[in-house]
Amino acid sequence: MKMALSLRKKRVNRSFSGTFWMSVFLALVASFMALPLVYAINAAFKPLDEIFLFPPTLFVRNPTTSNFIDLMTLLGQSWVPFSRYIFNTFFITGMGVLGHVLLASAAAYPLAKHKFPGSKLIFTVVVLSLMFTPQVTAIPNYMVMSWIGLIDTYWAVIVPAFAFSLGLYLMKQFMEQIPDALLESAKIDGANEYRIFWQIVMPNVKPAWLTLVILLFQMLWGTDGNGFIYSEQLKTLHYASNQIIFGGIARAGVGSAVALILMSVPIALFIFSQSRIIETMTTSGMKD
Amino acid sequence: MSNIDIPSQRSGTVTGKAETSAPSWLAVKWQVIKAHKHSYILMSPYLLLFAVFTVLPVIMSIVISFTYFNMLEFPRFIGWQNYSRLFLEDDVFLIAIKNTILFAVITGPLSYIACFVFAWIINDLRPKMRAFMTLIFYAPSISGNVYFLWQMIFSGDRYGIANGFLIKMGVILDPILWLKDEKYIMPIIILVQLWLSLGTGFLAFIAGLQTVDKTLYEAGAVDGVKNRWQELWFITLPSMKPQLMFGAVIQITASLAIADVSIYLAGFPSVNYAAETIVTHLIDFGTIRFEMGYASAIATVLFLLMLGSNLAVQRLLRKVGN
Repeated sequence: MKMALSLRKKRVNRSFSGTFWMSVFLALVASFMALPLVYAINAAFKPLDEIFLFPPTLFVRNPTTSNFIDLMTLLGQSWVPFSRYIFNTFFITGMGVLGHVLLASAAAYPLAKHKFPGSKLIFTVVVLSLMFTPQVTAIPNYMVMSWIGLIDTYWAVIVPAFAFSLGLYLMKQFMEQIPDALLESAKIDGANEYRIFWQIVMPNVKPAWLTLVILLFQMLWGTDGNGFIYSEQLKTLHYASNQIIFGGIARAGVGSAVALILMSVPIALFIFSQSRIIETMTTSGMKD
Repeated sequence: MSNIDIPSQRSGTVTGKAETSAPSWLAVKWQVIKAHKHSYILMSPYLLLFAVFTVLPVIMSIVISFTYFNMLEFPRFIGWQNYSRLFLEDDVFLIAIKNTILFAVITGPLSYIACFVFAWIINDLRPKMRAFMTLIFYAPSISGNVYFLWQMIFSGDRYGIANGFLIKMGVILDPILWLKDEKYIMPIIILVQLWLSLGTGFLAFIAGLQTVDKTLYEAGAVDGVKNRWQELWFITLPSMKPQLMFGAVIQITASLAIADVSIYLAGFPSVNYAAETIVTHLIDFGTIRFEMGYASAIATVLFLLMLGSNLAVQRLLRKVGN
């Protein structure tokens, strides 16, 4: 809060023309960034004759909800009810986010606040793992999954998400800001480590939860479970939407409607939590 | 707290001098470990999963890369054969390496600089405007895999926005098959990748800019900092080193792993492999041809490339402001 106030104060060393040109530059790039999203929003409400209009228009003239109605009809006829895809996505996303926040916080607390044999090594390995992407390990991951017997279950997507390394990293940095005195006084009052973690540390890192929630949500929301989930009734919204989008010309408008639905959920979540997330990243500070 | 603090201090000195007589060292170590058993218990669920789903696969991948493995028969050890085939016989892999490095060299630094520059400009705005601009810039990377939107924009017929606009302006006469023409595929993927790339690093920079000590700017003004560029170079950048490092890791990793955008926009495989990257090559051998040993060798090369470039850039960034 204090920060937001101090920023409102005008800073020195600012020339008018510099500010003007930078604003122009910002506006230009911002419109480029927004263009596809604006296009998608408009296309979702376009009637068929406007989608195939030449020259193409960016903005819709006669908005209609027929694309959304078509989408519902289309999905009503599919083999697996649409509600099942929605449930699958929410289940995977919800469980993954919940598990990750809990496990990553539990692991971050000792890493942030205690020094013990191996703690440095563990943290170094976690930071190293930030440096490569899941594709590197996709094949052995599949083998491990099949040994454990997780292939073709929700858990093949959910369980690896629990151990997402970026979350642990951010959480650890955030927890380092908690004053030691707070933990020591709890210790003197007779609380054990688990109680300190649950009743002192966790309530204090609530804003950091949100950051982890949004990062994980974003990751799991966009997953199609490709390669791990084969049963139609377990597949995600994203998978279903891909089928609709690449289904053919007649569904161009429906595709935009799906895109709009898919992207509105994470964007809404971000709008809702934006200030808290920035706050976390501020305090977590990514210190060395 | 005291019974935990004392051994923890000792652990630091003990690990430093591991050469001291073995039994007592072990005994002390064991004492320390016992004193911290709650820490280990708290960390165990995460570490177990992390080991099983991240550490173990990396090790397995390296081991498998020295074998012939098709998922049906037991892997057969073949030494360096996969690697020699990769670099000496596989022409497509050389295209993939070339494309990946081209992507990484262009999108990596550009997106990194863009993340910083926009965070820096946005940071000067008033709070409401700042929140709005943050949303605009962050929305593409957060909104899930919606890059298929670009497929509509670069659609090969005249109903695509790009073609329609250019035809109307009189720049071109016939629609261009943007995503089927080798000439255009790479620039389009780079463009889309840049559009997508203002993600976690961008947020970290926005946050980092807010942590810079405001009194430093006032002190700087007194000491003769004349304009915002000097302010940026002498005050802001040096104060943000940790975020700059973090952003670099995220950005390098993302730019070396380009695959989804290529597959969705240019197809898989793309026209004459024009958009082949190391990761699409890996997906090709891993999930279509089932040559797991070979695919693992590709993964290992990618892993080393990521590790190497990250360490190099970190070394470079450590010099900022020194």
